Amino acid sequence: MSLNIKVQTKDQYVLLNIEGDVDLYSSPDVREALLKLTKKKTPTILVNLEKVPYMDSSGVATLIEGLQQCNKYQGRFSLVSLRDNVREVFELTRLDKIFEIHKDVNEALANGSV
Amino acid sequence: MPEPIIKIRDLHTSYGELKVLKGITLDVYADETLVILGRSGCGKSTLLRHLIGLQKPTKGEIYIKDVDIVRASEDGREEVMKKIGMLFQGAALFNSMSVGENVALPLVEHTPLESSTISIMTRMKLDLVGLAGFENFMPSQLSGGMKKRAAMARALAMDPDILFCDEPSAGLDPIVAVGIDHLILKLKKAFKMTIVVVTHELASVFLIADRIALLHEGEVIFLGTKEEMKNSKDPRICQFLERRPDEEIIDRDKHLSALVGEGYIS
Repeated sequence: MSLNIKVQTKDQYVLLNIEGDVDLYSSPDVREALLKLTKKKTPTILVNLEKVPYMDSSGVATLIEGLQQCNKYQGRFSLVSLRDNVREVFELTRLDKIFEIHKDVNEALANGSV
Repeated sequence: MPEPIIKIRDLHTSYGELKVLKGITLDVYADETLVILGRSGCGKSTLLRHLIGLQKPTKGEIYIKDVDIVRASEDGREEVMKKIGMLFQGAALFNSMSVGENVALPLVEHTPLESSTISIMTRMKLDLVGLAGFENFMPSQLSGGMKKRAAMARALAMDPDILFCDEPSAGLDPIVAVGIDHLILKLKKAFKMTIVVVTHELASVFLIADRIALLHEGEVIFLGTKEEMKNSKDPRICQFLERRPDEEIIDRDKHLSALVGEGYIS
């Protein structure tokens, strides 16, 4: 499944919509999209994983890089709409404690200063 | 019944005149842990070498995810192997490289990932095997159990969906050995991997196996669950489970010839 990335700029946040498997070969595209946003010091980045059926550790590592860059300028970095199997990967690697994870965009907006 | 992820069909291999594998037929299903059990020299490590493409059989077929890896082109075989992890018996770490460099090697060689991403992945894998913070250590600074864990982290580097382990607890003390077994259980649960373990350690078998294939003189003489194995009346299986030594049969004349050096050849 090829990867499709769309950036939606809203008033209070930027939504990064990812569609497709995020794996060893596609995660560099996610990285590039994320780093474009963090270079501009985008204050709030919400990464929508609703249409990501599979994510391997390279995808997780890429999101960690995004979070790390965002933290440098004290931006907000949230993951939303994770499928159960993708959420499990975060839980098993204890990364659910590091990331801000919400069930959807509305919950993310209701639970933080955006 | 689901389609097997690995299919071995009528596999034969010889070392010169010595027949090592004599028609192995075996299926491995997705998400199961299959333990290949057998005495030293029964052909189990040879079978594993065939599964990872290090050795070609004299006859027979091996399909991994429907690719015939015996007859596939080098590129075709390499593509399949990228999603297979291998834990070698002696860990097989590169001593001139740090632990982190060892783990990162498959990612550096086979993926387009940036070094910053690879560094994070390397630390994640080391954390998973209980070696967080050891990335700058050299293999010579690690204990036997830690080397096995580092080798496991390297085997997991590419997020394999099939993991092969050759004697994972060989040469380790019982506590460290059971730690490796628990690590295998954890990985299976976490990543839903298909795991094939070659071993002769019974304690390990009964902890980690979903199914067991018992190899004896190059043939599969038993395939089933732990319970089925425990209930077997086959004398060869009973001998293995009861850890009874072979009966010593001495040919008087041959024995005498051997002692006095009169051209006795076994």
